[in-house]
Amino acid sequence: MSNATGRSSSSKRLGGDRLFDALLPAIATLIGLLFGAILLLVLGVNPITAYGSLFQGAFGTVSGITQTLTKATALLLVALGICIAFRGGVINIGGEGQIIVGAIASTAVALALPNLPGMLLIPLTLLAGALAGALWGGIAGVLKARFAVNEILSTVMLNAIALQLMNFLLRGPMLDPEQAAAGTNVPQSATLPDQVWLLRLVPRTLLHTGLILAIILAVLVYIFLWRTTVGYRIRAVGLNPSAARYAGIPVRRYMALAMILSGAFAGLAGAVEVTGVHHRMIEGLSGGYGFSGIVAALFGKLHPLGAIPASAIFGGLLVGADKMQRSVQVPNSLVVAVNGLVVLFVVASDYFVKRRARRRVADVPPAAMPPLAAAVAAESQG
Amino acid sequence: MFNELLQSSVLIGILYSGIRLAAPYLFAALGETVAQRAGVLDLGVDGIMLMGSFAAFYVVFETGNLWLGVAVAVAVGALMGLLMAVISVTYQAEQGISGIGLYLFGLGLSSLLFRVMIGSVKGVSGFPILRIPVLSDIPVIGEIFFNHNILVYLAYLMVPVIWLLFDKTTLGLKIRAVGHNPEAADSLGVSVNRVRYFAVIFGAAMAGLAGATLSIAQLNVWQENITNGLGFIAVALVYFGGWRPLGVLLGSLLFATVNALQLWVQVKGINIPSDLAVMLPYVLTIFVLIFASGRVRQPAALTKPFERSG
Repeated sequence: MSNATGRSSSSKRLGGDRLFDALLPAIATLIGLLFGAILLLVLGVNPITAYGSLFQGAFGTVSGITQTLTKATALLLVALGICIAFRGGVINIGGEGQIIVGAIASTAVALALPNLPGMLLIPLTLLAGALAGALWGGIAGVLKARFAVNEILSTVMLNAIALQLMNFLLRGPMLDPEQAAAGTNVPQSATLPDQVWLLRLVPRTLLHTGLILAIILAVLVYIFLWRTTVGYRIRAVGLNPSAARYAGIPVRRYMALAMILSGAFAGLAGAVEVTGVHHRMIEGLSGGYGFSGIVAALFGKLHPLGAIPASAIFGGLLVGADKMQRSVQVPNSLVVAVNGLVVLFVVASDYFVKRRARRRVADVPPAAMPPLAAAVAAESQG
Repeated sequence: MFNELLQSSVLIGILYSGIRLAAPYLFAALGETVAQRAGVLDLGVDGIMLMGSFAAFYVVFETGNLWLGVAVAVAVGALMGLLMAVISVTYQAEQGISGIGLYLFGLGLSSLLFRVMIGSVKGVSGFPILRIPVLSDIPVIGEIFFNHNILVYLAYLMVPVIWLLFDKTTLGLKIRAVGHNPEAADSLGVSVNRVRYFAVIFGAAMAGLAGATLSIAQLNVWQENITNGLGFIAVALVYFGGWRPLGVLLGSLLFATVNALQLWVQVKGINIPSDLAVMLPYVLTIFVLIFASGRVRQPAALTKPFERSG
């Protein structure tokens, strides 16, 4: 790409290319939905009826929108953690486990201090959730830093361990005394003191102030990753570990840090689900957010602000899927399959971005490229 | 508890279950070993197993033909592998993430198909026990080793087969070469991506077989998320086994035996809460990963897509 004409023509195309790159996740989602539609046709279900019911359920009514935004809150918090981890070059599959331990810890704290005023108890409860998540993610982070244990595998194991821990606690030490007394033994904790319940934004719906918290945190994560030294270093480690090591950044320590922060956000999501939605710890509270959070983060191009609309879209898909199941009897697992396709198409579409990036390496500073593409560009340059 | 555990009948029972439960881990982990030795981390094993187990179950449920079920599970696994190979080899996707995509796809699609095509949990009659003549009459040994269904024997047979593949065949040499030094392999005229396609599809077909083992040879039912993360454990076992068939065998046996022990503790109602006992294999796996890391070097080009430079 040394010849000048090639460079100028690629500069002209740049605007269009950028737009195309930005739209790639949306295109990937549409393709995913299209595959879903073909699948439904094969199974003898009218896809228009199914998708119509899905979108009507998610975005068509006030109640649907509040449910969508409630799910989006948890998704956004998890997705913010995923942004930090993936930007830092660590793959955090442990969202589910981190959400669970966060929910357990926050429930325990709120139940242990029933006499504290809400002003104190709410931050303490949320902090407990974040710390527990940070610990759970931190185990994987430290194991990677100290013993080179693959974080994908350790987070998967930690998910299973957290799940069993929850099963144990909700059937034993944390079981609601009322359930135990009645002998019904539904695995859930006692109700939290009501001063710790997050305020509902719309009366008689589940939508709570956690949404505002999550949006503020998204902005803060953006500032953290792009405007602070620590954030810059996390990204540098993720972009090109060997270059970061040359620059004197302790790569392993920053990878562990990225994992700890990522866990903290998932743990906070667990705490927010407890204090905002259920007001107690229940089984199945993580609800697959650990995985759908990854989908939302990727859809938002691993950008904290991009994660905001992405979480709303995927929250809507989850809500709409349940509505679709109820009203037209199409199983909601369709959306899980579509989510999987979206992930596959988004990571595959990065290939086109990369190829173009390599062609215009001389024109664009790496910061303007998506992380994977920039890493490749940096490698092929240096 | 310990007195009871040391009774020979109990020990034989646990070892027998260990041998039996190791079969799906063996199929999946040996297949994954082939993919990883070629340089591709396929994290979607669990999703492939779910699809394979459903396919096998459905075929047996509808036709009663067990071997047809196995064949369809292998074919479905291979198709999932083809998808993974297109995304990870041709389109050079980040492999940890594409694996999660494949997992979600398999998880969602298998549940969807189950609910539309079958609806509620039903049973099938799976592969019967095949007592090996003479050998199964040996006391203790015969009971533990030669009293299983045919897929269990096949799983153990795959250990030497994969070992021979790696160490004694040209194809195995090519697989190891593209996983270790793809540039060198390429310069010697080996088509790196073609070998990787083969390895990923082969590994996925084995994962499909692992799924069939679950649904038509062990549990003989199908329910949503029947694997319950077994495929992820299989990926961990590959690391534990140091990317060697014998190491994978050892890891599968260890994991399955601990699992059998934990099941026994649960059934006996011994004063360890069962949920904590279920944790044991996962905790063990983490320790095993700590122990295994650094001892063995992973294939040098693992997770690194290949593209000719220049």
